Amino acid sequence: MEVNLTGIKPYGDTLDDGAVQLSFTLPIDYSDEAVEAARLLVQKMGFDNPKVVFSRDIGRGFSYFIVYGKAKESIDVTKVKVQKLKVNVMDKGEIEAFIKKDFGRNLNVVGACIESDAHTVGIDAIMNMKGYNGHKGLESYKGINAYNLGSQVSCEELAAKIIELKADAVLVSQVVTQKDIHIANLTKLVEILEAEGIRDRVLLVVGGPRIDNKFAQELGYDAGFGPGTYAEDVASYLVQELKRREREVIQE
Amino acid sequence: MHRLNLDQALIAKARNGAIKIANDIQSHIDQRTTTSVERAVLRLFGIDGITEDGIPLPNVIVDGILHSGRLGLGAGYWFANGILHYQISPQDLAQEIAAGKINLTSVPVKDEGAIREQMEELSQLGISRIVEKKLERDMLMARLGQGIEPLLYVIVATGNIYEDVKQAQAAARQGADIIAVIRTTGQSLLDYVPYGATTEGFGGTYATQENFRIMRQALDEVGEEAGKYIRLTNYCSGLCMPEMAAMGAMERLDVMLNDSMYGIIFRDINMERTFVDQYLSRIINGFANIIINTGEDNYLTTADAYEAAHTVTASQFINEQLALKCGMVPEQIALGHAYEINPEMENSFVYELAQALLARELFPRSPLKYMPPTKYMTGNIFKGHIQDCMFNIASIMSGQSIHLLGMLTEAIHTPHISDRYLAVESARYVFTAMRDIAQEIYFKEDGIIQKRAQQVLTDAVSFLEKVAEVGLMESISMGMFADISRNPKGGKGFTGVVYKGPGYFNPFIDAMLKGGN
Repeated sequence: MEVNLTGIKPYGDTLDDGAVQLSFTLPIDYSDEAVEAARLLVQKMGFDNPKVVFSRDIGRGFSYFIVYGKAKESIDVTKVKVQKLKVNVMDKGEIEAFIKKDFGRNLNVVGACIESDAHTVGIDAIMNMKGYNGHKGLESYKGINAYNLGSQVSCEELAAKIIELKADAVLVSQVVTQKDIHIANLTKLVEILEAEGIRDRVLLVVGGPRIDNKFAQELGYDAGFGPGTYAEDVASYLVQELKRREREVIQE
Repeated sequence: MHRLNLDQALIAKARNGAIKIANDIQSHIDQRTTTSVERAVLRLFGIDGITEDGIPLPNVIVDGILHSGRLGLGAGYWFANGILHYQISPQDLAQEIAAGKINLTSVPVKDEGAIREQMEELSQLGISRIVEKKLERDMLMARLGQGIEPLLYVIVATGNIYEDVKQAQAAARQGADIIAVIRTTGQSLLDYVPYGATTEGFGGTYATQENFRIMRQALDEVGEEAGKYIRLTNYCSGLCMPEMAAMGAMERLDVMLNDSMYGIIFRDINMERTFVDQYLSRIINGFANIIINTGEDNYLTTADAYEAAHTVTASQFINEQLALKCGMVPEQIALGHAYEINPEMENSFVYELAQALLARELFPRSPLKYMPPTKYMTGNIFKGHIQDCMFNIASIMSGQSIHLLGMLTEAIHTPHISDRYLAVESARYVFTAMRDIAQEIYFKEDGIIQKRAQQVLTDAVSFLEKVAEVGLMESISMGMFADISRNPKGGKGFTGVVYKGPGYFNPFIDAMLKGGN
């Protein structure tokens, strides 16, 4: 079995079978026609041999389908480019030693769920003492003063705190993404920090379930972290990037 | 049923601690009123509507009295005096005040007895409307019946009330018993209630009286079709807690999320304000036969579910005592808890079951609200569906009452319509397949489950005794709940707290304290 990296297709149980599973709802009453419509729709999406394996009336005006199909398209993996954070992930002890050796002072890290966002689960997982899933949060790190401002912090309030606490780094969390509200919130923060003249003084990082590094950089952030991130991932990035910047300043 | 071999003396100790805490807080509450309490009084007098600038009339009136430094007598006092003087309808008086034509606190003051009599008369509008809604609910429930426990509770959260209606009706047709309309993110911090039907919200829909009415009507319609009464839930929380209670009671909501400490801890709302606000809000909910859901489950989103389990239990005791002070009966007090232990932990399900059984045994008459896993849900929807299934099993095995359905896409988005269908299907499967399992099981004496439950209770007792000793406000300042610390004078809404003057009178407190049922 030789995998052709220039033309990768989904794998079900045979190379290049293109097997994909889909599920979706159509906003129509359940009927034979609805089932056939679902099948034709999947065909139009570019799948060969679509099979509706399950369908159900899920309340007047709504029908649910599970469909299998075979993808026609393939992808050349050798040409795929991803913007990645170049970071050497260290453990808590290594990070604490790094701060002690390379900074000789405590780093100030301010975190907040900004504007409308009231969901602190992400920022708490990174910042609070207990952290998440056995990975201690930044509050527990020697050498880091972690300030978790909590939920619904306005951009203006956050900017004031950044100045007051002499923040080295700012962690912004956005969980709610309905109607792209997170983009509006994140953009507003960058604008306010620029207007205050403090954007370049801090490392600005965003995290959330729908965030990745590329998206973060497009919005004017230094880095973005998505699902599966722990405190040490963020802290490793912070200390190394702050160190790199310090060096740049000295060289200038 | 006693399956955990709990020490009854220890349970009594826990309750005594909570009673002491509640008595202490009550003496704080009795001295104060708030802007939102007074706005609720006006709403129950029938005052509704907004100014040309979109400011609700109750806000305009109460802010005027507050700024003149006279709110300590209560808005009802000044408003009743205004009615006596001008002899016009309440709504007309409200509009004249909003238009700047009348300044309530400079109206010549009538005889105290006449004012109180006028207040009593004004209060009849709200009281009779709520009584009428209670009767309506009783009749509908008698005719249509209701689902069997654990009741299936689902949320809708589109941001658009008309879209919410479609999703809520679909959910009811799929088998849901309770529909909760999630509020738009940020509403808890608004110091006013938005007005009218709304179609723009994020992660939820504005709670307005008109939106309440629209959804109530939609659920009544679909209830006829489904052959059971469909309960409606909204939020009685945030800076407008008592007003939400008033609106919900007048529009026949059935369940309200209403915690005595949630706003303080998780929304940084001022502590003094919240304790006063929750008092009137629960008096109204109690009188209106509304079930309240408390928010202990939220502690576990910040604190660890295994280590902090006793804080949930302790808070349940406190919430219970504070609610009983408001004339509520245990059947209205749906104490919250959640399935949030790390699923990778060995025996995580066994500990979850112990906790769920513990809550059930400690509060046998309360319709407990059991919350699904959220913290350890990931983008792996297939595993997520299994986590939710395990939660369903724990619920039926421990005899829970209100079962908030977990969604396999919890970590991804507000639920798609099919997510809700899959959740209802899974819960119905488990509940049907295991209908009588709870009556079939005894737990091993001194086994993991009994020992864990006993340990959590023991820890809860020491926790409650400590809180009783230092006082609830001080305990919250010390970060004893959910690892979050709040200052009694800090947070949002503190400027809306005022001391009651000697002649203060709130006509709804006495009348409604007669309680539910």
